[in-house]
Amino acid sequence: MNTPKELLYSKSHEWVAFSGDTAKVGLTDFAQNALGGLVFVNLPEVGDEVEKGKACADVESVKAVSDVYCPVSGEVTAINEDLLDQPELINQSPYEAWLFEVGSISDKEELLDAAAYEAFCAEEE
Amino acid sequence: MELIFERSREGRGCAILPGLDVPAAELPEALRRGRKLHLPQIAEVDISRHYTALMKRTHGVNDGFYPLGSCTMKYNPKINDEMAGLPGFSKIHPLQPAHTVQGCLKALCMAEELLCEITGMDGMTFQPAAGAHGEFTGLMLIQAYHESRGDRKRTKIIVPDAAHGTNPASASMVGYEVVSIPSNSEGCVDLEKLRAAVGEDTAGLMLTNPNTVGIFDKNILEITRIIHDAGGLNYYDGANLNAVMGMVRPGDMGFDVIHLNLHKTFSTPHGGGGPGSGPVGCKELLKPFLPVFHQVREGDSCQFDTPAQSIGSVKAFYGNFLVVLRALTYVLTLGAEGIPEASANAVLNANYLMHELAGLYEMAYDGPCMHEFVMSLSKLKKENGVSAMDIAKSLLDHGIHPPTMYFPLIVEEALMVEPTETESKETLDQAAAVFRSIYETALSDPQSLHEAPVRTPIRRPDELGAARNPKLRYQFTE
Repeated sequence: MNTPKELLYSKSHEWVAFSGDTAKVGLTDFAQNALGGLVFVNLPEVGDEVEKGKACADVESVKAVSDVYCPVSGEVTAINEDLLDQPELINQSPYEAWLFEVGSISDKEELLDAAAYEAFCAEEE
Repeated sequence: MELIFERSREGRGCAILPGLDVPAAELPEALRRGRKLHLPQIAEVDISRHYTALMKRTHGVNDGFYPLGSCTMKYNPKINDEMAGLPGFSKIHPLQPAHTVQGCLKALCMAEELLCEITGMDGMTFQPAAGAHGEFTGLMLIQAYHESRGDRKRTKIIVPDAAHGTNPASASMVGYEVVSIPSNSEGCVDLEKLRAAVGEDTAGLMLTNPNTVGIFDKNILEITRIIHDAGGLNYYDGANLNAVMGMVRPGDMGFDVIHLNLHKTFSTPHGGGGPGSGPVGCKELLKPFLPVFHQVREGDSCQFDTPAQSIGSVKAFYGNFLVVLRALTYVLTLGAEGIPEASANAVLNANYLMHELAGLYEMAYDGPCMHEFVMSLSKLKKENGVSAMDIAKSLLDHGIHPPTMYFPLIVEEALMVEPTETESKETLDQAAAVFRSIYETALSDPQSLHEAPVRTPIRRPDELGAARNPKLRYQFTE
């Protein structure tokens, strides 16, 4: 399993990359592997208020539709529009295929570092 | 295999129309079709062979065992079709005056009365064309009820996480916010979580009982009371009624509105894309909101009535009448003794097959099941790399339709098996033997299962490619 050291992780299998006062959010390698081939991505809109721990996007695989939970509270400042036509990018390179970016961050979940997240996934399996 | 369009030859066909004996009329320019119609031109014999060839390449309940969980693929007795084919039922028009179709209206009234007796409801609409359509209609009744009382703060529908995916989707379609509550370790509703979720914003609850893991929720009376005490209404998803029909009634469990899948529980054809029928039954308090074309008895005759505060129309006229007629035939054939006996046998068959497989396959939940059971292949996948998908595909090579895969979502590598009551002990024994031999192959030669099926007309279709780049129609060259 691929778990980059420089990222932080939620227990609902999102990764977060903080940069200044914004954060990019994507799905982990573990998540994309469990979901299987993705066929559709539903993203929030720029300007949407998002709240930590609440669903703000969803992804559809050949198996099921799953919610994506926002690990931070704030306002959506950008979305990765490439995913709308090519959801398979999440399967191909999960850590490049960010879903959305949040700014004006007011709060965040307790996030795990790479080692703690790997241990958490091992327990889940 | 050639598609019907590829078999088409210019000028060939089987329609011989009489000569035109009225003046030809020109369509106004704006209404004229600009492009070719592209109807296949093909002789009757070739049409017949084309569809017979397609039929041979598929697998229906008339071909073999079809334990597709949650879909109730029971055998459909031919007497249902015979009744639906009677010209008095089949050669009618929806706009015929009511006094000329009294027999058909009486059949609808009888079907309503009998299905209400089975479900403990007070009224029923036959407009909805299928289960999810019924959910949509039932939720509109709940919404109309709250609004008629000026109660506009009820914006949320509670749905357990084991529910069919259509439940949250239907609630969302009606404009409700969905509150998902997790199941407990027995796969049932967690009462504490439910109590914490209800409030003044609760419009209602959607529940399937027995639930999607095949377990009857013992706390059902407490569950429906919690919702009623909060001012909400209870919606019963009739998907799993085959486990309990004639035994226990949703109306007595505390439900206010239900849908039935006549094409599942009441033995009308399904699995081929329709037509289905998803009638919605309700308690007295929701009857004023039922859709238009509600059949009613007036003295000795029957009429269509528009309820006082009707939500309007959810489908043309009175729904798929001939499907309702098949279900009515089924209910009358089985009678008051046969209906509960069918459910009892459905539960017995599921428990028998589960018992036969339990030594090898890992069951998702302990204890007896209702009409279906769920196995988890997660251990086999971890240890031998054989997934639920591999097992399912291998069953195809043995002439068995696979169980439902990867549902419910709360069970990993799930296979959900629903044998139904119409299968004999011999069929169940043969199926159990096939399941056992596939398991042995999974241990001894896992690679061969990754390649299954090998005996079907097509091997593994590219599901991912089909979902990502669907080709939804034939591409004509001109």
